Amino acid sequence: MKIIVCIKQVPSSSEVEIDPENGTLKRSGSESKTNPYDLFALEAALRIRNQVGGTVTALTMGPDQAEEMMRDAYMMGADDAVILSDKKFAGSDVLATSYTLAQGIRVLEGADLIICGKQTTDGDTAQIGPAIAEHLGIPHAAWVSEITEVTDSQISVRQDLTHVFQISRMEYPCLITVEKDSNVPRLPSYKLRKETEKKEVRILHFDALPDKNLSRYGLIGSPTTVERIFAPEKMGSRQWIEGTAMEQAEKLTELFVKKKFI
Amino acid sequence: MPFPYNKITSEGVEYLKNVTACERVKVKEEISKDYYHDEMPDYGIFPPEVFVEALTTEEVSAVMKYGYDHNIPVTVRGAGTGLAGGAACKCGGILLSLIKMNRIDPVDKMNMTVTAQPGALLTEVSAAADEAGLFYPPDPGERTASIGGTVITNAGGMRAVRYGVTRDYVRAIEAVLPDGSIVNLSSNVVKNTTGYDIKDLVIGSEGTLCIATKVTLKLIPKPNCTQTLVIPFDSLETCIECVPKLLQLPFIPTAVEFLERELLEIVERQLNKMFPVPDGEAVLIVMYDGSSKDELNSACDLAADTALNAGAMDVMLANSPERIGSVWSVRAAILEGMKADSVGQEECDVVVPRAKIAEYVKAAKSIGRKHGIRVEPCGHAGDGNIHTEMLRDAGMSEEEWKTNTHKCLTELYALSKKLGGQLSGEHGIGNGRLDYLEDFVGTRMNDLFKSIKLAFDPKLVLNPEKIISFKK
Repeated sequence: MKIIVCIKQVPSSSEVEIDPENGTLKRSGSESKTNPYDLFALEAALRIRNQVGGTVTALTMGPDQAEEMMRDAYMMGADDAVILSDKKFAGSDVLATSYTLAQGIRVLEGADLIICGKQTTDGDTAQIGPAIAEHLGIPHAAWVSEITEVTDSQISVRQDLTHVFQISRMEYPCLITVEKDSNVPRLPSYKLRKETEKKEVRILHFDALPDKNLSRYGLIGSPTTVERIFAPEKMGSRQWIEGTAMEQAEKLTELFVKKKFI
Repeated sequence: MPFPYNKITSEGVEYLKNVTACERVKVKEEISKDYYHDEMPDYGIFPPEVFVEALTTEEVSAVMKYGYDHNIPVTVRGAGTGLAGGAACKCGGILLSLIKMNRIDPVDKMNMTVTAQPGALLTEVSAAADEAGLFYPPDPGERTASIGGTVITNAGGMRAVRYGVTRDYVRAIEAVLPDGSIVNLSSNVVKNTTGYDIKDLVIGSEGTLCIATKVTLKLIPKPNCTQTLVIPFDSLETCIECVPKLLQLPFIPTAVEFLERELLEIVERQLNKMFPVPDGEAVLIVMYDGSSKDELNSACDLAADTALNAGAMDVMLANSPERIGSVWSVRAAILEGMKADSVGQEECDVVVPRAKIAEYVKAAKSIGRKHGIRVEPCGHAGDGNIHTEMLRDAGMSEEEWKTNTHKCLTELYALSKKLGGQLSGEHGIGNGRLDYLEDFVGTRMNDLFKSIKLAFDPKLVLNPEKIISFKK
């Protein structure tokens, strides 16, 4: 089984600084670590590898400094580590980032299974994983809280969709994004650190990617910009509307009228 | 001898209301049952006759003087988180709560100290130090303990390996003596040879000698980074043998804890809390603090190489808050896990020389087996303080449990003594271990303890029948 895990380096501190010039993350100066959600993804991959055999490749898009994080992935047991690094990738939004990662995965000749963390602690969109699957034209299951079965040809998962659980089964190749606490990630090993100290972390530049259309990458390839980041206002109480579809529609309309939405 | 003590009268209650306030004095059913015991109800449930909440040192003095003059016992209580039955009114009388005396003065940066009233919580004192950019190291685990309680019981905790215990951080105490007089034990000075060191005698006296009404505590510069190593071993012996090798290194670890796989499995099974290191029959959890990342990395690398040379299977690095949390949260859940895995618990808090830990643990388990009690030792490998939990399995009768734990405890204490250890490392004697103390320390020492008690409290009115008994 060939597994690729997409991981990202995020600031260690929870106080994320945004560059006011272009609304992107300020990276320099602050300490960084592996996005905590991605550790659950890496752990899930390592467990599947231990169960059915194969390889685990950690893949990231980021500056060369991401090597420290990739070494951490080696210390957890990853077989291979690849950084997509190029100035042309700077300022990428969800669309450009997911496209770049999908291109990287093509360079690596695809995978049976791609695993991402559900979201990052800095960007918080939870869209990268599903977007990669769309670019690659493969099925995906997001918000996976449990991997229930792994066979040679398919994977079964339990998705925690806030109010309902969904059990999904997919054939390879496919992509899943995993929830935090879906497992307990192993700690990096000092022995593996010694063993992998000299092991190469591969760096792929723009030139290596199959699609050379510059308008798909970086700031130019990003249709969205971040204007400002703020904590959402606390939501009011939730109201459940029950009954048949007709009854629900009627009640909903009444509510909208009452609230003067319509 | 004062026995029997007098009972509180309605005039007495009125007097206590006069010297404090009506709303802060409660009697009989008005008193919450929570005040009948501390965290260990097994060590005695005793209803107070009257409950008084004091707000000032003068009020404490007036209440204490009343008890002294009228031969009525007074027991002082902070947050009630003790583990020895120390804050329960064993002989009835007045329960004097200091929990509302909780002011913390601004941190004295020049002297690097903080002064607090006894009812301030440990967590609040630590936070005050932290805000001033300083650090108050004692951390017995129970952070909702009152600071006065931690001083009067000389609370320890796992950071003792590097930082020592509460006693090492107490500069001065303002105290009320059993006759109601107010005294100062030392002052905000770094050293002091002015007469007997009463301050250090009072620390750890478990509320039997005087009442601390104000404490001045030493603070130190704050470490700014931390890392935890989890070191799995294939046997408990190699695990424990590694400890002195780590302690001999130039960097002193903040904490060194050992856990056997059996205990980790209990937490995993009962609380569904998985430990991030699945290997090893026994593991060491070693915490290092540092003033810089380079210093911290050097300390951890040296410790890791040392552990591998000492036979460790590997060394796992918890180097981010999430990873550190995944290790320590399981360690913190051990007691809860053991509670869930049994229908009753009794605890033994011995401390043995560090070189004797493995020997103690092995022998403790065999003592448990002999008496049909499940014995789970774990704890502070760095200082030899082994919390030896005895677990009652379903189906064991009350009588069997009581008889067998008593036999176990007697043998465990004898074992500790034989190995050069002590009866209690940090939880104290209180009421729960009182029956075992005289045998352990011997008659001459017990008499010395009695003389000390009488020197402070000739009428035996302050927290009587704790640590030592005059009734025997």
